[in-house]
Amino acid sequence: MRMRQAVVAALADEMRADESVMLMGEDVAAAGGPFKTSEGLLDEFGGLRVRDTPISEMAFTGAAVGAACLGLRPVVEIMFMEFLGVALDMVVTEAAKFHYLSGGRITVPMVVRASVGSGGGFGLQHSQTLENWVTATPGLCVVVASDPQTAYGLNRAAIRHDGPVVVLEPRALYPVRGDVVTGDAGIVPIGRARVLRRGADVTVVALGQTVGVALAAVADAGVDAEVIDLATLVPWDRDTVRKSVRRTGRLVVVEEAPESGGWGHEIVSSVTSAVFSDLTAPPFRITSPDVPVPYSPALEARYLPTREYVARQLTSYLRSGTVPAPWWIEEGLAR
Amino acid sequence: MTSTPSSHERRAALGDPVQAYRRMQEIRSFEDRITGLFAQGLVHGTTHTCQGQEALDVGLANALRLDDIVTCTYRGHGIALALGMSPEAVLGEIMGRTSGCIGGVGGSMHLSDLDVGLLPTFAIVGAGLPVAAGAALAFQNRGEDRVAVAVCGDGATNIGAFHEAINMAAVWKLPVVFVVDNNLYGEYSRINLTTPVTDLSRRADAYGIPGESVDGMDLDTVGEALSRHVAAARSGAGPSLLEVRTYRFAGHSRADQATYRPAGELDVWRQRDPLVLRRAALIDAGIASAAELDAVEQSVRAMITDVVEATSAVPEPDARAMFANIMPPLATSTGGVR
Repeated sequence: MRMRQAVVAALADEMRADESVMLMGEDVAAAGGPFKTSEGLLDEFGGLRVRDTPISEMAFTGAAVGAACLGLRPVVEIMFMEFLGVALDMVVTEAAKFHYLSGGRITVPMVVRASVGSGGGFGLQHSQTLENWVTATPGLCVVVASDPQTAYGLNRAAIRHDGPVVVLEPRALYPVRGDVVTGDAGIVPIGRARVLRRGADVTVVALGQTVGVALAAVADAGVDAEVIDLATLVPWDRDTVRKSVRRTGRLVVVEEAPESGGWGHEIVSSVTSAVFSDLTAPPFRITSPDVPVPYSPALEARYLPTREYVARQLTSYLRSGTVPAPWWIEEGLAR
Repeated sequence: MTSTPSSHERRAALGDPVQAYRRMQEIRSFEDRITGLFAQGLVHGTTHTCQGQEALDVGLANALRLDDIVTCTYRGHGIALALGMSPEAVLGEIMGRTSGCIGGVGGSMHLSDLDVGLLPTFAIVGAGLPVAAGAALAFQNRGEDRVAVAVCGDGATNIGAFHEAINMAAVWKLPVVFVVDNNLYGEYSRINLTTPVTDLSRRADAYGIPGESVDGMDLDTVGEALSRHVAAARSGAGPSLLEVRTYRFAGHSRADQATYRPAGELDVWRQRDPLVLRRAALIDAGIASAAELDAVEQSVRAMITDVVEATSAVPEPDARAMFANIMPPLATSTGGVR
């Protein structure tokens, strides 16, 4: 099934299993979702459990907090991740804090699903990933889908978790097809990375849209790389990544985010400190440049690290043992 | 000392007019004492007291069932005490002690007790309105006849959450009452400097819901209005907006001497002190004598003194407390897709 259908299946399976699960968002009911990620749910579950909202992210995300405190398990859909900016208080400062602020007596089992990323020609206010808005808040889990299976399994795990979870879904992957194991066997546990390819020479950590890029680049380059889909960004699977890097001695993180302040800093820093003596080359990050996501297809195609670029960087890194310069420095476009 | 009443007993006691007056006195004495504790260095950080707004606090508690839900602001000591939380739990939290309602990790702005319907009080202006709407949504989805009440200040009427929450609640006919405690000042700024329409219940027209403004200094007036609005929400009539006109006798927070107020304004409002009005009403109606009410006031002050003394002896939390209750445990199942 397509990734967008996997999202529908996850929501439907959880709503069938538990009548406290509900969905709110802009155009999620009658229209079936702007990206068709809730098609058919209104018909099956009715207007109380599948609600079209006003264009009021603060209101409906906040309503999810209140409903979750009182025993529902709401899922809210944020059409574009950028729109969470006007409701961030409800996620970071309210939902993530209420368990702590009630001495553990209140749980806030809510899910914030947001479409993210470049590749659709949506322009610079609708194409960011912005995961770092939500990664420095204890109490909040953050997971990122990379294919139909993880879109299904992470959403189901998120709905079942008793605390707030942000689920990021790369928008460009919604039409991508893949086999999906459904049912409880298809749940992807929060906090566990997925080792998608075994390898001995380098550990490549990717997330969301860069997972497919990394797998393709490794195949193109013909390098013996271990490819890990981090899947959960908070709390990320330190054990799996460290164990892999101890064995390979090298670490590359592939990110769809501006170079400065990206999530890969956390991975590189933590792993370097933990396994320093096992490293045979400096860990490094392959990222987007420090620019807004440009609109022109010719430019947008270079924003996300391409498979050719990642393959070239990996090959150079493995051959020289040193960190290659990013393309914008090689081409003299930025410092 | 007599045995400590439970939060439910404290709530039920408000049905008695003298006990309701006693609770208003308790809130006033409590808030006055908090101000003093700062001077002694026994309370740190910040706090926002509510002297002058006791009629709203007690009127609200009396209008609600125990299973109704309240969201309120960081000026929440009075509502917490009125709903039934013990002075020990509230003061313990304000003093950062283990006896606080959440063991001292929250402080003055973060009081909560779901047993009396109080969600954690909000330190973000306006944030309680969408959350109250969400509680009401849960009641609506389950077909329960419970009500949520969001209490915000006049300053909150200018933040987006206020507009978004009321609009959405109106569209969905949620069982929620939006109460604006208009004490004339948003932090340090007078309402006319920040708000073009100062008759705040007129905002209701924008959402097609009932709006009403009432005197917030008289317990009977504010209590009757709140009961009516809560009953309407409970009956399925949808949300409403109630402006309660009060006055903040103290400054915004502990550092604020409120020198920006026009000369004489405080004195005018002091003549309508809710405690003074209530005391006179009880005596006029023959419900209690002046001597009896004097005794109530003395007894309340002595009780607060005892609570302060007892709380000062309670230990501060150890480091384990800061690592507790960050989030519920993740599923430990080893199954699923790798």
